[in-house]
Amino acid sequence: MTGLLATVRIALRALWVNKMRSALTMLGIIIGVGAVIAMLAVGQGASRKISEQVASMGSNLLIVMPGSLTSGGLRMGSGAQMTLTLDDAYAIERECPAVAAVAPMVTGVAQIVHGNQNWSTAIQGTTPGIIPARDIALVSGRPFTEQDVRAAGKVVMLGQTVVENLFGARDPVGQIVRIQKAPFTVIGVMEKKGQSLMGHDQDDLAYVPVTTAQKRLFGAHFAGSVRFILVKAGLAADMEQAERQVTELLKQRHRISPKGELDFTIRNLTQMLQAAEQSTRVMSLLLGAIASVSLLVGGIGIMNIMLVSVTERTREIGIRMAVGAKVWAIRMQFLVEALTLSLSGGLIGIILGVVSSEILSRLAGWTTIVSPLSVVLAFGFSGLVGVFFGFYPAYKASLLNPIEALRYD
Amino acid sequence: MAVAATGRDLAASLQTGSGETVIEVQELTKIYQVGDLTVPALSGVTLTIHGGEFVAVMGPSGSGKSTFMNILGCLDQLTSGRYLLDGLDVGRFSKDELAEIRNRKMGFVFQGFNLLPRASAQENVELPLLYSGVPAGERRRRAREALIRLGLEGREHHLPSQLSGGQQQRVAIARALVNAAPLLFADEPTGNLDTKTSLEIMELLTHLNREGGITLILVTHEPDIAAFSRRVIRFVDGRVVSDRRQEGA
Repeated sequence: MTGLLATVRIALRALWVNKMRSALTMLGIIIGVGAVIAMLAVGQGASRKISEQVASMGSNLLIVMPGSLTSGGLRMGSGAQMTLTLDDAYAIERECPAVAAVAPMVTGVAQIVHGNQNWSTAIQGTTPGIIPARDIALVSGRPFTEQDVRAAGKVVMLGQTVVENLFGARDPVGQIVRIQKAPFTVIGVMEKKGQSLMGHDQDDLAYVPVTTAQKRLFGAHFAGSVRFILVKAGLAADMEQAERQVTELLKQRHRISPKGELDFTIRNLTQMLQAAEQSTRVMSLLLGAIASVSLLVGGIGIMNIMLVSVTERTREIGIRMAVGAKVWAIRMQFLVEALTLSLSGGLIGIILGVVSSEILSRLAGWTTIVSPLSVVLAFGFSGLVGVFFGFYPAYKASLLNPIEALRYD
Repeated sequence: MAVAATGRDLAASLQTGSGETVIEVQELTKIYQVGDLTVPALSGVTLTIHGGEFVAVMGPSGSGKSTFMNILGCLDQLTSGRYLLDGLDVGRFSKDELAEIRNRKMGFVFQGFNLLPRASAQENVELPLLYSGVPAGERRRRAREALIRLGLEGREHHLPSQLSGGQQQRVAIARALVNAAPLLFADEPTGNLDTKTSLEIMELLTHLNREGGITLILVTHEPDIAAFSRRVIRFVDGRVVSDRRQEGA
């Protein structure tokens, strides 16, 4: 239809002729769309990062800690007494059906030496249960086995930070390191986990069999006892049940009367992590709110420019009608103008939003994720505002008699 | 489309022109509603205009002379009465049919020029052709011809703001003529111009009427301007108080 083509050409020419107004309108849309996309990308990135950190700590975890000691009316702090033993850990593994994995922990700090390099790190004595409990993946080698634990084998799994400091880029599997002068064989290297929620480097550690830690490394401090026990429930829904079962079992084993004071405490790690997740969700929401404000301000900008030009454009409509423009031609012209501005402004805004998210993640090191929803939302809203305020006044003017439009002021 | 066909018939009949009745109004009334107030602008106007006439419509401000012209030019709607344009009842036409009639049969020249401020002289003149579907090449050629005819060669790409008042009014006249419309309506065309330029514009319009055979209806309150015409209709309070033919200057 040549009429339609001509109308599109009229609209594009009118946009070109009113360059300043077109540019300002588009600017409103560009800023609105760009800001929303960038802000939501930052928010989404942050919550993704938190989720990853949460996952890196292992999910559905309970920590069983030794309790306080009351001695002659004097109450010592939590963990003052080493009330938990390796046998407690095995008993939990055996007798609590809601528990999927158990890892008793004996921890200390020691120097690891390889050749002329040495590094001080956290040495954690544990059982193979640590692999499922902490969701550990190995990049090379193998995890230690029950056999290693029973034999108190001198084997060690290293975190990435330790490997980097002792071996650089070389693969340490099969190499010998010395911990407190004793030689240990490196049997595995763990995948990088990054920082914990508290900024702790989760790769600066080494795992050894728990028995080895008790007998050879930290024996003097922990005779048969363990520092704490990690307990992983099979499902998130099993957490409460697991906690109850562990409590009952330990009360029985420690011979605590039903009303007696517990000599251990159980902490739910997931709850803590959920709190952290909650706070990022609040932050995302806040960023979203700021983004909607900029969208609104962009929308008001579009509205202002469009409304200010109504007088002038109503006269233009009067002139066009006087020389023979039909009603549909007028409406089509303004609709095409509004659509062109909104669509091109929206597209530029999307590009701006994506590019600035990318720049933010490159320069500031933030994780940013551009979600399709934010693109649709921002584009849709700005587009609607642009089309409405571009088209509606023109639609109303097209209902006037030509002489009314010509005299409009 | 039957009505579009009547529009085209109308065009053909208007071209035949001289001497035949082109405009006939009977008991034409226009009432403006301003809030609760009803303001009569025209009260029962009856007259006839023939092809090739040069009619000056005079009267004090508020006499209804502009309203009369706007209704004849299909820019405004009448309240009651009949307006026959070459025997066809204009009151029966839709908005779009009126637009087509304005596009093909009528040209307008206003006191305030009414040019698109940010479009060049050439683009302003092309406007009526744009809405009658003339291809781009022919549009440019005809607009350029019209501008040259009005002595505006070399000004095609000037904006209205870069032209003098007289030049802007010539652009407006070029726009009115570009579609070869047989009817030309001019509402105080010299109102914003100095005396010398006014005379030039009036000579131009008179020439278009005498040599081009265009029916010219001109609204003015200045006797000097009305003196160019061959028929003067006077309005007072929405009524025709005199309708005299005179020898043109």
